[in-house]
Parts: sequence; C-alpha cells; structure tokens
Amino acid sequence: MRRVAILGAAQTRFEACKASLAYNELVYGVVREVLDRTGVPMREIESMVTASQDAYDGKTISGMAINEVVGAYLKSEAKVAADGLQALLYGVARILSGEFDLTLVVAHCKESEGDPAAITGLMFDPFVQRPLHLDELTAAALQARRYCRKKGLTPEDVALVSVKAHRQALKNPYAQRAGTFSVSDVLASPLLADPIHELEAAPRSDGACALLLASEARARALTDRPVFIVGVGNCTDAYWTERDLAEAGALQEAARRAYAMAGIREPAREIHVAEISARYAHEELMAIEALGLHPNPVELIAEGRAEFINPSGGPLCGNPPTVSGLVRAIEAYAQLSGEAGARQIEGARTALAHGAGGICGQNQTVVILRRE
Amino acid sequence: MSREETTLRVPFLLDMEYRYAVGQYGRRFFTELRDHARLMGARCPECERVYVPPRPVCGICYRELHEWVEVGPEGTIVGWTVVRLPFIDPMTGEQRPVPYGFAIIRLDGASTSLYHFLDETDERKIRVGQRVRAVFREKREGSLRDILHFRLLEE
Amino acid sequence: MPRRVAIIATGQTKHAARRLDVNIAELITEAVTRALQDADLTMRDIDAVLLGNMEPFEGFLFPELWAVEGWGGYMKPSVKFNTGGTVGTTTAIAAYYYVASGIYDTVMAIGFQKQSEGHTQTAITTVGDPIWERSVMAGAIGNFAVMATTYMHESGVTEEQAAKVAVKARRNACLNEYAHLQMPDITVEEVLRSEMLAYPVKRLDMCPQSDGAVAVIFAEESKAQKLCPRPAWIKAVATAHEQQYMGDSPKRLAEMRSLIAASRRAYQAAGITNPRKELDVAEIYEVASFAELAMYENLGFCERGEGGKLIDAGVTELTGELPVNPSGGVLSTNPIGATALIRVAEAALQIMGKAGRRQVEGARTALATGYGGNAWTDILILSREKP
Repeated sequence: MRRVAILGAAQTRFEACKASLAYNELVYGVVREVLDRTGVPMREIESMVTASQDAYDGKTISGMAINEVVGAYLKSEAKVAADGLQALLYGVARILSGEFDLTLVVAHCKESEGDPAAITGLMFDPFVQRPLHLDELTAAALQARRYCRKKGLTPEDVALVSVKAHRQALKNPYAQRAGTFSVSDVLASPLLADPIHELEAAPRSDGACALLLASEARARALTDRPVFIVGVGNCTDAYWTERDLAEAGALQEAARRAYAMAGIREPAREIHVAEISARYAHEELMAIEALGLHPNPVELIAEGRAEFINPSGGPLCGNPPTVSGLVRAIEAYAQLSGEAGARQIEGARTALAHGAGGICGQNQTVVILRRE
Repeated sequence: MSREETTLRVPFLLDMEYRYAVGQYGRRFFTELRDHARLMGARCPECERVYVPPRPVCGICYRELHEWVEVGPEGTIVGWTVVRLPFIDPMTGEQRPVPYGFAIIRLDGASTSLYHFLDETDERKIRVGQRVRAVFREKREGSLRDILHFRLLEE
Repeated sequence: MPRRVAIIATGQTKHAARRLDVNIAELITEAVTRALQDADLTMRDIDAVLLGNMEPFEGFLFPELWAVEGWGGYMKPSVKFNTGGTVGTTTAIAAYYYVASGIYDTVMAIGFQKQSEGHTQTAITTVGDPIWERSVMAGAIGNFAVMATTYMHESGVTEEQAAKVAVKARRNACLNEYAHLQMPDITVEEVLRSEMLAYPVKRLDMCPQSDGAVAVIFAEESKAQKLCPRPAWIKAVATAHEQQYMGDSPKRLAEMRSLIAASRRAYQAAGITNPRKELDVAEIYEVASFAELAMYENLGFCERGEGGKLIDAGVTELTGELPVNPSGGVLSTNPIGATALIRVAEAALQIMGKAGRRQVEGARTALATGYGGNAWTDILILSREKP
C-alpha cells in the first residue's frame, strides 16, 4: 500500500472532570498544539475526520460543536460515531485516495457531563436486555468471568495487569490515575461488578486528542523522521450475546489484516510497542493473546517482560470513550518518533495501536506504525 | 385482525441528565449578562467580525479571539416566524406553550446572529429588517433565558 | 490519480410512517437484500460495510452493532457515521474514498432510520447547542421557518411558488414505488390551506418522518465493469461546512455558503460549467418546499432571486429541462439516516436506466446532495462516462 505518515499529535491530560472547558475550547487546545508542533497552517488542511458520540455529548450531531475549531469552514469534515481509531482509518483512506495531502483527525469526549452507565445502557437490545439494566461494566464483568474460567485464570492473574498499568502510568504526564499498587491493593479496591475491581476498570475521563496525517510526499518535505502507517485492519464481531465472550475473533481478524498489509509474520518478534484499548484488565490479557504478542499473557506480565505493552499505562489510567482509541495511535507515534519521554521504549521501530467499540469489543481496529 | 393490531412495541422512556460546561467564553458572556445586563461579542483580529456567541477562534480566518466588545441590546430581525406547532421542550421535558414569536436577530455591532423569542405573535406585525430590543429579566441567573425576549421597536 | 469508483447496485425498503412489521435489523435486511439482488452478489463479494444513522432518533448507542446480522456484517470491517441530515452522503462519500484508497475493492453503504420508534422533534431540538440555542430553539420547523422568511425577503419567492415544489414532489413520488407519501391529487391550493405550523411553513411544505433503509454498493473500476452493465461512475465528491452556530450564516437560505462552495468545487472537478445545461437530473436534499427554491439558486441552476421562476416555468418538473427530485425527494420520504443516501441511490438509478416510471430519458449526468447539521453540504456527481 502507498504510505501515510503521522506529522504530529497532541492530547490533553486525562481528568475526571474538565468543568471549565466547553467542547469547542477543549478541542481547539489540541488542534492548536498540532498546528504549532507541525508548523502546518490550518489553511493548508482541507480534510478532517472527527470522532465523538451524540449520547455522551448530550447533543444530536455532536460534531457540530467542534467543526469550526477543527478548521472545517467550507472544508470537508466527516464524523465517525465510533472509536477514535476508526477516524484514523478513514483519514488514512482519504489520503490514500489521492484527493487530500493532509487530514486532521480529532476525537473528544467528556464523560463528566452525562451518566456513563445510562449512556452505555443504550447499547443493549431494547427487547430483552434493556429491562435488565445492563451497562458496559456489567457486560464486561460477565466476559471477565467467562474468560477467566475458560483459561483457568485466578483473580490475582488479572490484577497483575492493573499493577503494571498503574506503575507504567507513573511515567505518563497525561495519565489520570497512576501509582505503585500491589496485587492485593488491586483486589482490595472496591468491587464494581464481580469480578471487576475499581483498579481493574478504566476511570471515567474527559479529554481530547488530535493528529495530523500526510501523504508520503508531503511528509518527506516536512520531516526527516517520518512515522508511517503501514497496516490497518478492522473487523466486526457478532452481537455480544451471540458469541463466546472468551474469544476475540474480531480482534484476531483485524490483526490478521493489518499484519498482512504491513508484512508482519511474527508479531511477537516484530512489534516493539503495543498500545491496547483495554478498558478492563482482562481485556489486555485477551488482546495480548489475540494479537499474537504472546501465548501466555499472564506469564509475560508476571515475568516483567510486558513493559512494551501500554507503556502509557493504557486506558486503565485515563479513558475518555472514542478518544481512547486514537490516543493509542498517538502514544505509538510518540514512541516511534522518540517523543515518549520517561515512558520511551528504546529502539522501538514498529508499533501497534488497538481500538475497540461496542459491547465487549464488538468492533475491533488494529493499526501498525513504523519508523524508517 | 390487521397486521397493525397484532404488532408489539416495547415502550422505553429515556430520561437523561447532562451537565454542560459553558466554557471560558460562555462564562464571560453570561457573567456580563447576569451581572450587568450587557451583551458581549468577541472580535476577530484579522477580519474584524464580531462573534455572538463568542468562541475561541474565527472559523473563517482561524485566528484566536481575545478582544471583547459590547453588542446590542438593540438589533435587527434577519428572519422570523410565529411557532404554532406545539413541541416538547428538551430543557424541561414539557410542552412549549404556543403560539410564540421567534426570530434570528443581528445585534447591533455583531457580525453573526442569535436566535431568540419575540414579544409578538401576530404575523402581520413582524417583518425582516425590523428593529428590536432585548428585554432582560429582573432576576438573572446566567443563561440565554436572562433575555426574556426581544421587543419590537416602534418604527 | 485516485482509482475510478462506480456505484453498481442499490436497494431500498418501502418507506413508510411506521414499519411496524419489522425491527431495525429486519428493515436494514430488506434494503441490503435488494441491493445484493440488484447486482446478483452475495455478502461474500462485499469487502466492508459503512453505515449512516442518527441514533438519537431511536435512543440508541451503536444500533448498527446490535443489528449486525441484519446487514451481514459478521467478521467484516465496518464503521458508522453520524453527521445529521447529511449522514447518508457522508457515508456515500466515505465509501468512495475507501474504494479509491485501495483499502477495499467493494464497499456497501447503508443508511437507516426508524423514526417511528423515537421522538423526532426532541432529537432535532437537541441539535441546538445546549448553552446558546436549545433553550430558545423552536424545533426543526420553527428553525426552518425563520430561514424561509429571510429567503422570501431576499428573493421575493412566494408561498404559492413554494407550494408548487410541494406538489411536484408528491406527484413525482407516485411514480416511485418506495416513496412514503403518495398524494396523486394534491394541489397548490391544498398545500396553501394546510395547517400553518410556523409562518410561512405549512404542514404540506414540510418533509414527513419515515421509517426506511437504503443500501448502495460501490466498486473499483475492474469489478464495476465486470459486475454491472451500466455502472454509475463517481465523477466528483465534495463537502463543505458552515461555522459553529445557526446564526453564523449571514443570509441562511438566501446565500448558502456551504452549498455554493461544495457545488462549485464538484462542478469544477467534473468539468461542468453550466449545471442547468450539463446536468440531466438532480436529487437534492430539500427539507422543505422553500429550501428547494433556494437550492436552485445556490446550485447555480438559475440566477439569484430566480428560484421561484424556475418552478413557475416547469424547468424542474420530470418532463422539464432539468428534472429535480423525480423520486419525490425528501418532501415525500425522510428516514433521516437514509435520506441523503437515497438521493445518491436515486441519482444512480437514473444513470443506470433503472428508475422505472420516474426515469429521466437518456440521463447521463446526475447530481445528488446532502444537507444537514448547521447548514452544511455534501455533493456527489454521477455519470455514465468514466471520470
């Protein structure tokens, strides 16, 4: 495939409540930062893809609030009502189509403004499941129990993910939650929905992020250290009650496509950094396996060999929905461009970003990035 | 029995609460409105358009807006109607009483327009280009409803 | 040079006020099945599915993921868009870019909405900014009515001229087996006498609320030629946005900045200098009778202020020089998430020569538009000739 580069990126610090900023102000901040970092003036950008959700924003057509600050006046913007990494995919397609040299990709969400349990409850089928008052958390708890039983995992095994995530997040200035926790600390944190404890679930977050994509030719003119997107894959699974929740078939398929495009045969050896959209600790274990990064994720983490997975701390340390998936790509980009500061993985050349949407990750996206 | 009579529908009442952040620009506007019954816009340093509502950036020039100017309280009707169809007010969940006058109003000194109520419901008495003046509430709390409505001015 | 892309198949449901016989998934299936049958394909031939829907209208988050079996999405790439009235054209334009990019060779675009299952006026009123617009907003109709008075003032169009648009739409709809409203005997007098909702908009000036779905299949050049005897080639696509708030556009319908920008960009890309002469048919997103007249002017079908004269002269009738909305348009069928994609499907049917009784003879170049959100615009130009 022809190649698309990331020229620059920005993210807000994740916080439980950014009460002082309206949506347009929140988003303008990250867009301005991207323009300043890349030196590309807004008048040269003619294409934008944004990601947000009406239900979180409490507004029909959530994109209306931010079209002007992303520079879309008289220009081409489209909003995906899906995970932010899907916005990146569409941005890549726009550049590969040859019609645009530059595309700005932006995501925003403020969980603090609505009721996340009621909002995620709207994902459930109205006939059978909504009367049961399900939400994203309860569905994840059912999945966690099913997965652990099928794989023979203990609560301590799953808690290891949380210990690692919060430790790694200590090096991430954008993290909302970080700390040195033990397995027993994690298991002593409040039980949200058995078997998921508070430190095993992503916190509720406000935030925004943006990145600028460019055609290869444009990127070469603007930077001598381009980071390229060399593989993309997406896949949709069956509705959550129509599949084995212990399996990650759609993620495997999305990864297979992205790896094929990027020419990756041995992901465990070839992927140097992976940023995974695990909103619950067990999801990281599922993803490590499904992505082919290691056949025994618990062993990998227990032996301290999983630092290359979510060096940012991942969504357990800050997770505005829809933003979270695009931040995975921004973190991967930061690693490859050597801008990851204290959380830098030395020598990383190929990175993976993962995004998920829907109940128990029904829609899965995998993006492979590489530096020369 | 017709098919319609045999179909089943599941009722679901969606009751959602949101807490919208007014933001920095909104805070300045609504504080002036609440405390001084004064309407403010933000001017673009490049094209000099004055924006009401004020906002972080001029979408046309993509320049940040930092200069505040007072606008109104008089203005001109750009478009108008008298709403006669009842509908549910999403701010309250209750039916909005009809009829009421409604207009796009260009406040004096502003380059953009606000939507607001008119104090007139007779279609024959309203026209595009007519002058209006904001009528402020006595007790203001910092929202657009601190303007009760716009009053048609004598010609 | 982007890869050439064509529409090779379309499928629509029977649109109606209430499709109580089907749920959302089954409604989508009806459109998808017809689209696959149209090109004699199966879901195995489809690389990816893009969906458009306005979920606040049904009170859902990810309705398409619940309905996944209804559109055959299991183990396929997919993504859902939500951009208001434009969502159908947003989805079509995305399908074009995805195929042009080479990531996928065949893409199915789907638009769907079951407006009967939610509360349309509330979902539309929450389009308003919660701080700056919603507390004073007057629903879709009040919002539209204030724009219509501005336009009447600027252009001098009359309520009678708008009523003629309403009549044209509903009569054309009688030639379209999928259209929601079928009113063969409607007259201008009847429109003018219908209930005043918000001056100057009367009930028959407005679009209905519909349940419906549409599916359109896009393919790259070699697949398109193999699978379709007369594909509708995508000549140009364009999108243009407005500023943030409803009052930002100085003259609203009288000067639609986004429609002017997007259409001129698309005309230029398609090599069109005189749209009235060079387009054979247009399917435009007219939310109300007055808007269609304003769109004639802003699309360059006539001079500014001449929109009313165009309908008086019958130019846009099915038998006229440039038929506009032979399908009956949005005024006859409006399942919001599908509406703009129906414009694209209908334009493609005209190019493919499959428009049945509403066929414009010899149509070679067709325009489709989407209009939504804060007065923003999508444009597609389809052609019998390759770009």
